[in-house]
Amino acid sequence: MNNEIVIAGFGGQGVLFAGKLLAYTGMMLDKEVSWLPSYGPEMRGGTCNCHIILKDDLVGSPVVVEPTEVIALNGPSFQKFENSIVKGGKMIYDSTLIDVKPVRADIEYIAIPATKMADDINASKLANMIITGKMIKETGVFTLEEVLEAVKKLVPASKPELLELNQTAIKKGYEYNA
Amino acid sequence: MEKLLMKGNEAIAEAAIRAGCRHFYGYPITPQTEVSAYMSKKMPKVGGLFLQSESEVAAINMVYGSAAAGVRTMTSSSSPGISLKSEGISYIAGADLPCVILNIVRGGPGLGGIQPAQSDYFQATKGGGHGDYHLVVLAPSSIQECVDLTFEAFDIADTYRLPVMIMGDGMLGQMMEPVVFGEHKGREIPEKTWACSGTNMKREHNIVNSLYIDPKELEDTVIARQKKYDYILENEVKYETDSVEDADIVLVAYGTIGRVAKNAMIKARAEGLKVGLVRPITLWPFPAKAINDIASTAKAFISVEMSMGQMVEDVRLAVNGKAPVYFTGRTGGIIPQPTEILEKIKEVAGGIK
Repeated sequence: MNNEIVIAGFGGQGVLFAGKLLAYTGMMLDKEVSWLPSYGPEMRGGTCNCHIILKDDLVGSPVVVEPTEVIALNGPSFQKFENSIVKGGKMIYDSTLIDVKPVRADIEYIAIPATKMADDINASKLANMIITGKMIKETGVFTLEEVLEAVKKLVPASKPELLELNQTAIKKGYEYNA
Repeated sequence: MEKLLMKGNEAIAEAAIRAGCRHFYGYPITPQTEVSAYMSKKMPKVGGLFLQSESEVAAINMVYGSAAAGVRTMTSSSSPGISLKSEGISYIAGADLPCVILNIVRGGPGLGGIQPAQSDYFQATKGGGHGDYHLVVLAPSSIQECVDLTFEAFDIADTYRLPVMIMGDGMLGQMMEPVVFGEHKGREIPEKTWACSGTNMKREHNIVNSLYIDPKELEDTVIARQKKYDYILENEVKYETDSVEDADIVLVAYGTIGRVAKNAMIKARAEGLKVGLVRPITLWPFPAKAINDIASTAKAFISVEMSMGQMVEDVRLAVNGKAPVYFTGRTGGIIPQPTEILEKIKEVAGGIK
């Protein structure tokens, strides 16, 4: 395993939580992981992102310069990170909110209408989980069961209905076929 | 042992509580506010005290008071806040009191910015406050090391009766990595017979003070303290080396940038360049002897920093003319990329062939 992932979107879209879920799943599987958020004024209504590294051996710099995968939840993030992706890498994006034409021939573009799908299950804030489900399906970085297990640890035990909704959203994304 | 995924700021706060710190005085400033937030939640649950003071100056003087009473105490801040605390830190050093000060460094000078930097190296290692004093300065580069060094910081402070600074940066404070809070063996701490903790009418009262009007008396206290520093210089140096044995070029980098430098080293090795890395873990005492030994075989050194070049001066003193010492770095909150460091390595390599 050697994934260097950037997740980016607007503040409030659950970018940091989606990243935390990936890092946490990796940790549960005894992988070396790091999670680095952007912090500062850009988080207030502007773009927000986090860098996640999942490796078999020690993580050096936690800063992701050339991501193997980018999850983009809004247009500015798509444009900001599209060119940084390594050759053969993947751009997984929310096609409900992003209407841009892919320009690179050497990376794979994976579109999923995550925001619309979230609305369809009355969970408008869970587009992040839907797209994370799609991401693990497309990359095979984790199995569905592993992520469903990890999310249990991240949603407060006092909110079982929230856990179920998160798990449903991850499954929807995982099962989505264009 | 259970692994937890924690932010550096929270991990340090948790480690401090586990190390027995029950008196924390904070004042919010990005990028270390999570330390205060964590303390405010957890301290009441363990019977400890969290106090948000009216200013950084107040916080450090509250630490001064708590330390005088002989309890484990701590404050945390970021660069501009540490400048405000500097007077109090000098007083605490002058009164020979143990405490821990956390600096999650941001770009400066002035209010500067809020992104990660290492431009407080001079302030931390050469004395931000006045007078002949030193802090022991610990520079973790991972969240696990944040935890381990926090335990160490309290032990070192109590062993030698001096303020210890943990110096991280915004990246280390904000990022999450897995950590384990293992059993910390700890050192044997001398009894705090000097503490102003109540006489119970059974002993003479203790006095904590940093004022000595008689020059001879002041000189005596400063010399006695210097002997302590000399002992620390011999016995408390911590550093890590990587691939220095056959290295032509040795990078010296600490904390966050130590990790980026390691990536650069790996890239350079992949291109056939013999590069090694020294990562100082104690910035004071600085691993001068280790670097001087390596200078017997290395052909050049590069100090890599998130500043305009501060530690480079200590590297030069350590190398003491045995080899050229270069600098590369970025500042203002910008973290150099491995490729930028690699460029410098190639530039230096071109010159030493």
